[in-house]
Amino acid sequence: MTSIRARRTSAAVAGGLGLALALAACSGDNGGGGGGDETGSTDCAAYEQYGDLKGKTISVYTSIVEPEAKQQTDSYKPFEECTGAKIAYEGSREFEAQLPVRLQAGNPPDIAYVPQPGFLKSLVADYPDSVVAAPQAVIDNANKYYTEGWVNYGTVDGTLYATPLGANVKSFVWYSPKAFADNGYTVPTTWDDLITLTDKIATDHPEAKPWCAGIESGDATGWPATDWLEDVVLREAGADVYDQWVNHEIPFNDPKIVASLGTVGSILKNDKYVNGGIGDVKSIATQAWNEAGNPIPDGLCYLHRAANFYQANWGDDVTVSEDPSVDRGVYAFYLPSKGSDKPLLGGGEFVTAFSDRPEVQAFQAYLSSPEWANAKAKVTGQGWISANNGLDKGLLQSPIDQLSFDLLTDESYTFRFDGSDQMPGAVGANAFWKQMTAWIGENQSDQATLDNIEAAWPS
Amino acid sequence: MTALPPPAPLTEQVADEPLRAERRLSRAEKRAIAVKGKLSSPWASGIAIVIAVLWTIPTFGLLVTSFRPKEDIRATGWWTVWQDPTFTLENYQEALFGSSTSLATYFVNSVVITIPAVVIPISIALLAAYAFAWIDFRGRNLLFVAVFALQVVPIQVTLIPLLTQYVDWGLAGSFWTIWLSHSIFALPLAIFLLHNFMKDIPPSLVEAARVDGAGHVKIFFQVLLPLLTPAIASFAIFQFLWVWNDLLVALTFAGGTPNVAPLTVRVAELSGTRGSAWELLSAGAFIMTVVPLVVFLALQRYFVRGLLAGSVKG
Amino acid sequence: MDWFLNAESAGHKFALMVVAILLFVLVMGLILFGLERIRRLPVWVTVLGFLGPTVLFLAFGLLYPGIRTIWTSFFDARSDNYVGLDNYVTAFTEPQFQIVLRNTLLWVVLVPLVSTFIGLVYAVLIDRTRFESFAKTMIFLPLSISLVGASIIWKFVYEYKQHAVNPVTGEELVHQIGILNQVLVWLGLPPQQFLLNQPWNTLFLIVVMIWIQAGFAMTVLSAAVKAIPDDIVEAARLDGLHGIGMFRYITVPSIRPALVVVLTTIAIGTLKVFDIVRTMTGGNFGTSVVAYEFYTQSFRAQNAGLGAALATILFVLVIPIVVYNVRQLRLSEEIR
Repeated sequence: MTSIRARRTSAAVAGGLGLALALAACSGDNGGGGGGDETGSTDCAAYEQYGDLKGKTISVYTSIVEPEAKQQTDSYKPFEECTGAKIAYEGSREFEAQLPVRLQAGNPPDIAYVPQPGFLKSLVADYPDSVVAAPQAVIDNANKYYTEGWVNYGTVDGTLYATPLGANVKSFVWYSPKAFADNGYTVPTTWDDLITLTDKIATDHPEAKPWCAGIESGDATGWPATDWLEDVVLREAGADVYDQWVNHEIPFNDPKIVASLGTVGSILKNDKYVNGGIGDVKSIATQAWNEAGNPIPDGLCYLHRAANFYQANWGDDVTVSEDPSVDRGVYAFYLPSKGSDKPLLGGGEFVTAFSDRPEVQAFQAYLSSPEWANAKAKVTGQGWISANNGLDKGLLQSPIDQLSFDLLTDESYTFRFDGSDQMPGAVGANAFWKQMTAWIGENQSDQATLDNIEAAWPS
Repeated sequence: MTALPPPAPLTEQVADEPLRAERRLSRAEKRAIAVKGKLSSPWASGIAIVIAVLWTIPTFGLLVTSFRPKEDIRATGWWTVWQDPTFTLENYQEALFGSSTSLATYFVNSVVITIPAVVIPISIALLAAYAFAWIDFRGRNLLFVAVFALQVVPIQVTLIPLLTQYVDWGLAGSFWTIWLSHSIFALPLAIFLLHNFMKDIPPSLVEAARVDGAGHVKIFFQVLLPLLTPAIASFAIFQFLWVWNDLLVALTFAGGTPNVAPLTVRVAELSGTRGSAWELLSAGAFIMTVVPLVVFLALQRYFVRGLLAGSVKG
Repeated sequence: MDWFLNAESAGHKFALMVVAILLFVLVMGLILFGLERIRRLPVWVTVLGFLGPTVLFLAFGLLYPGIRTIWTSFFDARSDNYVGLDNYVTAFTEPQFQIVLRNTLLWVVLVPLVSTFIGLVYAVLIDRTRFESFAKTMIFLPLSISLVGASIIWKFVYEYKQHAVNPVTGEELVHQIGILNQVLVWLGLPPQQFLLNQPWNTLFLIVVMIWIQAGFAMTVLSAAVKAIPDDIVEAARLDGLHGIGMFRYITVPSIRPALVVVLTTIAIGTLKVFDIVRTMTGGNFGTSVVAYEFYTQSFRAQNAGLGAALATILFVLVIPIVVYNVRQLRLSEEIR
């Protein structure tokens, strides 16, 4: 922790310096930085610091594809209009496999959005000459608009490489407010309440099951189960043990983790509790994660643990609303804690640059600014938030997004980034997923599951 | 030249509709049909129909699905559509026009990628197959086996070495890389298949041409090529399918930018960032399949009569 | 130069395409023209003219990467340190690997045999019937769908929903959306998790590849069947052969070379296929194959060494197929 605090202080000092420099640059640029004024649609005052970038192209490579890609490119329009730069956007579902290939072949994009801090770490380690450290203006934005935790996820060995782009909150349980009201259930605020409620639903509704879940996701099958385990580790062992576990300072199969997996199993591997509207325990392994909540509006399931971005997967006839009078309405509550602390599991993408051309650095700075976050919120219907504290909450259009943003910026919640995303690829994007899938689909024991993952940790 | 069969009637015969062809069949052939026809007992027809139906049901199910509303797809099976017929074109609307880049751009890219990536490897492979089949040289069999064994190299292991080279040459991100890569990857299989057809040609034809003083180039163009038209057409289809449906090569070497990205890139996007959507994937799959099917139907007449233009049964 | 590299408008792209083809024709034309005009060339020059481009392309694009892969397989995850046979030891001692190898062998035996058999039977059955063209299109259709597309289609076929009935009204609460489970329900059987239950799930994945490759087998074999000389068929008929006898003693031996080609091509294609496993099960539930493990290690786990070792195992697995083909080649050479 000491190293982080020291880094923070020096960054703050550097930040002050950078701000002064930026101001100076801004005032000196007044004459030449025109070009944006003619467009009229956007107020270009905030963009003058980036200078005149006419004729410059910045290539962006991401894992975000249509239809979300359209929202991304729309959010760059103010920047393009005011600076004259052109953003060449490329989204691909093969991003994680393709980016190292391009780096190794010497064909990097200018900027990539890396969705895992662990991946960022290995990129910095494997391609130290390709990844470019964040410029001063970006460091300033990072320190000004993001909490220390978020800045640290983009920092490798004391150097800030990447700033957060979007964010998501995973510690949610989706439910039907109408079903709860009809049955007189209340939203549980403690873990024990949650289990009591689960038992009550199981007795009240033999035709349904309290929980539904699905972890099938093509070659990423298993990731929703890793989120379950991470959420429970945070709640039972605490954030410090969680950090040690994620950083492999304690073995993956530490007894505390075994205990937490047991707790997850007491829900997910309990035939009385799962799998509402879908099948038995094993059906979790083959149920597509993005359709696993569907039995809730049908009344065959009551609880579904999933992130805020799950809202995009509800059918068109389902409304996201807390109002119990809404037919086929769904909403989400915070997955309760076991103790007094309130851990919050989430994720996000990180803007990583592979070029230090001025226009690339300008765009990097733009992406870390509140101007961008607000522009993005404006063009996004629902299902997107940012951890940028300059984001105007009023621009978020869905109640779940607003709730997520509230939790993210609420100091009383302890935020932790998705652990599997921080681990080395051999574990976080392979063994962890696979073994959790075997744990459910092949009824592998808790101990064997964690032992196998520990064995896969690269030395 | 005298030994050559006249090329014109050959092609004509190949192109004939089955009915007209039948009229011209010799007596022996008619008898042959009668003999082979013995297989066409009710049992045989039954088996053929069962296979055909089994092979079509999965695709048919997806076709029906692609016209159903999202909610219906999740709630009931596609076969229930006869009880409650609700159809929509929305899925196609979304798949075709839901992108910020017009579909026509991707379509043009696919065509521009595919044509050279079919023409070039087939031409090179034909020459190589000819050398392996009809030129005697030391180490011929060894070289042939080596070429054929290279089929097993997975394309994934070639990505980094090839891309590194393309970047050095300043070609990365252009169509040239895709054409070159597809040509390379197609060669082993193309040579293997074409060699097989090539050596089925009766040696007497080649010998006769040689006696007339024709060199290898002349024999290749005037004796073999006309006879191989159906074989070339059928390999062209396989190569066309491979290139048309390829995502990996295009993504790696040219990148997925709208300037060069083929249709597959768009279809791969249909399922969205975080999930899989049956309704869009099913529509996308059919959009992808239309062109290959048209090409298959257009070229099918070439191999209705056999891979070697029919004249070589001597 | 820029004109050749960046094409933005459709017209420009097509022009570039035509230029590329013309360029290719020009180069090849010059080589062949030279070969034709200059008489009394030594054989090796002719061979060079015919085989030169192939050797150049393959050495650059497949041979070099292949050898590099074998080389990489003796190094660690980031290709920094020489580790000897460690990657192979890891591959072979991993508990799951026995299953992976068993699955790969199942794939490489079943897919070629079954799809060739079905393709051949179908080709013979529809040969010279009135609906031949239409019938061929139906079997060919799967081949024209990409592997990923085909996997999606079959995932839909195997889709599982629990059989839930309202105890009072007897009304179905959840409808099947996968046709195969619906058939089971119609037959009064409980729906099955086709992709989950071992060891059958591997067979259900293999079905997908058979479904695709039967079209390839049918197309090539149908042509071969048509090329069987009529006098042979005639003679066999006079000897009293019909139906299955004709198939067994005349058709199959006559098209033997084509059968070998089809079996070999499908077998090698099957060894390399990983999209089906990737899309349908993600290699879970004991369904993984060597090609998929190679892919995961190289691109997911970023373990270049182990990935390369798995690719090398693929090279080794193809040796029996190569040997068999060499023997066939010798055999046909002797006949000629």
